[in-house]
Amino acid sequence: MADKPLRILVVDQNLMRAQVLEEGLREAGHHDVIVVRDMQNVLRRIVDAEPDVIFIDLENPNRDVLEQMFQVSRSVHRPVAMFVDRSDASMIEAAVEAGVGAYVVDDLRKERVKPILDMCISRFNAFSRLRDELDKARGALEERKLMDRAKGILMKQRRIGEEEAYALLRKTAMESNLRIADVAQSVITAAKLLK
Amino acid sequence: MTATRMVAGFMPLLDCATLAAAAECGFAAQEGIDLRLVRETSWANIRDRLIVGQFQAAHMLGPMAVASSLGVGHLQVPLVAPLSLGLGGNAITASTRLAEALRAAGAPRNLDPMAQGAALRSVVRARVATGQPPLVFAMVYPFSCHNYELRYWLAASGIDPDVEVRLVVIPPPLLVAALHEAQIDAFCVGEPWSSVAVAAGAGEIITTGGHIWQRSPEKVLGLRQDWAEAHPEVLAALLRAMTRAAAWCDDARNHDELAHLLSGPRYVGVPAELLRAALGGELGLRFGAPRTAVRDFIVFGRGGASYPWPSHALWFYRQMVRWKQVSGAPAAAALAKATYRPDLYRAAVSTLGVEVPDTEHRIEHFYDETVPAAHESGA
Repeated sequence: MADKPLRILVVDQNLMRAQVLEEGLREAGHHDVIVVRDMQNVLRRIVDAEPDVIFIDLENPNRDVLEQMFQVSRSVHRPVAMFVDRSDASMIEAAVEAGVGAYVVDDLRKERVKPILDMCISRFNAFSRLRDELDKARGALEERKLMDRAKGILMKQRRIGEEEAYALLRKTAMESNLRIADVAQSVITAAKLLK
Repeated sequence: MTATRMVAGFMPLLDCATLAAAAECGFAAQEGIDLRLVRETSWANIRDRLIVGQFQAAHMLGPMAVASSLGVGHLQVPLVAPLSLGLGGNAITASTRLAEALRAAGAPRNLDPMAQGAALRSVVRARVATGQPPLVFAMVYPFSCHNYELRYWLAASGIDPDVEVRLVVIPPPLLVAALHEAQIDAFCVGEPWSSVAVAAGAGEIITTGGHIWQRSPEKVLGLRQDWAEAHPEVLAALLRAMTRAAAWCDDARNHDELAHLLSGPRYVGVPAELLRAALGGELGLRFGAPRTAVRDFIVFGRGGASYPWPSHALWFYRQMVRWKQVSGAPAAAALAKATYRPDLYRAAVSTLGVEVPDTEHRIEHFYDETVPAAHESGA
């Protein structure tokens, strides 16, 4: 007997990440995917859609709301528990590390869920890496702006050249065991105070 | 000697105070523990991160530790609760609209759960008679003291919590907005969230956990049982640090400093003034009203408050049975009770000269009855 296609519900406040996940699920042949953002909808959608698997991002404070729903058996067709098998410690760990919670209907076979969960974990991880890289790039840009402003202040007040100003920042940073950007920030703050 | 690092998760609530004080005021460091705290967004996260080992300890709902040991609603992972993080600290807050309806139905301007409950019953019945939708009450988690306190009070007031009102879960920091936007009519939650609702003019405090049940149990320090067994000395050191921190938190002379600490965004992130008042048991019941003094509103360690009473674990288990979250079984009752570990607490604090009860069953005083210890032993 062919298995009935799985219905997967994704609860994620981050729409971009939800899209990344949905795309992955579809590529893996799961076309019955529902993405929801706000909790009001989730309650109704779960009752209506009777999903087999639910993913929720762990940053989502509404996770506890979801767990309550599974307690109120009236509103869901079957009891839902996180993960299929109690022996799957590494799978649980990987999911929590990636920042995703999974709920699976009780009688679903493990071999059907595992590839979906694995894919979900890898997409979540990829998304985090991307976000970290973006944050870092943004941070680097901010730091460059700070440096330029600090150098400008030093050049004006000390009547020195740009290279000298940079050397001064670097020397101070090394001596006081700080990052150059932090020294630059202090210079800007001090200049504001002394204005 | 290098300090042992421990990571503990907590939720933004007043009773994370002992953990915060242990980490920030040197109590953990004195015991050789480098205690790092992580603010979490859901109780489910706290449980999962404890289970997978990202946290070694947690600010945890007492019933959640019991539920995890029983494998109810989730995987069965045995947890231990070797320390109570305090007693009391909860309040039930009604929207201003519901509070007015209660007064119109005869509720007094005090915190008497009997009179408030009688008024609530009238309001609930009137809504049924006129075909209005049921009132919505929020609490924070299905396995929580808040759920059981609320249900206890509703049932004792003659209201069926599963039929005549609707109970929903909303995370503590989102409750005030939900009340303000009339998504819910009332909630039961730990401080400071009731005080925040009152200060925002969104609700009125109608009773407190302590009015329903004197010195009622609340959060515990939750740890994985296998971790606790593998690290007895670190655990004992942590329990001593927490016991000293609790005494520090109880001391009114430290309340300004504690309120200031907790008001930071890393902890609770609400104005220090509200936290300071709640620490001293001073609650503003209505917007603009002078504060009312509530005796022993929140106690961290005083009078044996840190002692993890196995009878409390049993009471939680009996509520799970009563409200059909589990089907009762004697083996499950024993398992539930064994989650609370006064033996670990007693062994750890033996050198501190603190008062430690020598029984496992506390006599409980509910507003409508006193439950003798003997009755608590049955499941």
